[in-house]
Amino acid sequence: MINEIINMNGYGIYVWSSFVFTLFSFGFLFAIVKINLIREKKTFEENFKQLNEEKIASAKRQKTYREILVNTSASKV
Amino acid sequence: MINYFNPNNTLEIINKAQKYVFALFMIVLLLGLVEALILSPEDYKQSDSVRIMYVHVPSAWISLGIFSVISFLSFGVFIFKNKNFSLITKSLAPSGFVFSIIALVTGSIWGKPTWGTWWAWDARITSMLLLSIFYLMFIISWKITSEKTKAEKISSIIAIIGLINIPVIKFSVEWWNTLHQPASVNILEETTIHSSMLMPLAIMTAAFALFSLLIFLMKYNTELLKIKNKGLNRL
Repeated sequence: MINEIINMNGYGIYVWSSFVFTLFSFGFLFAIVKINLIREKKTFEENFKQLNEEKIASAKRQKTYREILVNTSASKV
Repeated sequence: MINYFNPNNTLEIINKAQKYVFALFMIVLLLGLVEALILSPEDYKQSDSVRIMYVHVPSAWISLGIFSVISFLSFGVFIFKNKNFSLITKSLAPSGFVFSIIALVTGSIWGKPTWGTWWAWDARITSMLLLSIFYLMFIISWKITSEKTKAEKISSIIAIIGLINIPVIKFSVEWWNTLHQPASVNILEETTIHSSMLMPLAIMTAAFALFSLLIFLMKYNTELLKIKNKGLNRL
């Protein structure tokens, strides 16, 4: 059974390489996009920590900033 | 209607949706892989090599679909001058590009046992390669242009020109003599593929669509954070 699935009537090398390439491409793209997202969140946190109290209060009044803060550790600052 | 897509209104939804889309994608992908690699039957002519169809065809469909959306939204960038449209197109491009590459590579792998060659300068394959080049030009235009307004214009022009290639890809198998077979799945005409093969194909298409949605949400989130990071300095 397992040999049949691996061999695929002699087409195993073609079938498996296609699926492996597809899944590898998915993983690669996901990793790149995720790393960029984490990096941008960290930059936001660092920039946010450097703001004075007045600017922090101003940022927290804006809906988008509130939403970003919920998803970053900067909300605990 | 356009205000509905305002980033201020969508960020909350995007943040929450990512987790659910990822979970759903994993479930549908696993189901699709089992169907495609184990449960679906082999073809009477192509034997087990037909299983490559389950990654090749959905990739081609989705890369074509994403480029069509990018092109139509690019018209919107010029007509409505809506900055959010360009943000959406920029976020859609990476997954569309990767799917076009997957379609080309898996098509090439499928070509070897079926046609006896890895590559042929056939109308369908060449027009598909052209699609990947348009995607690449679109992504590069954002990378190399420092001025945002200029990048928006250049990338939109590339997407609008690239739209001409979409019907060429679709009808290339009818307009010219090609190695590539005509479409087996038709919306307006009778589908010539058996339901035992159509089911895994549909599941894999759903999984790939969910993956492109996930990448779009993550990339769009990143782009919004970039804008808000710049905005912090202006508070």
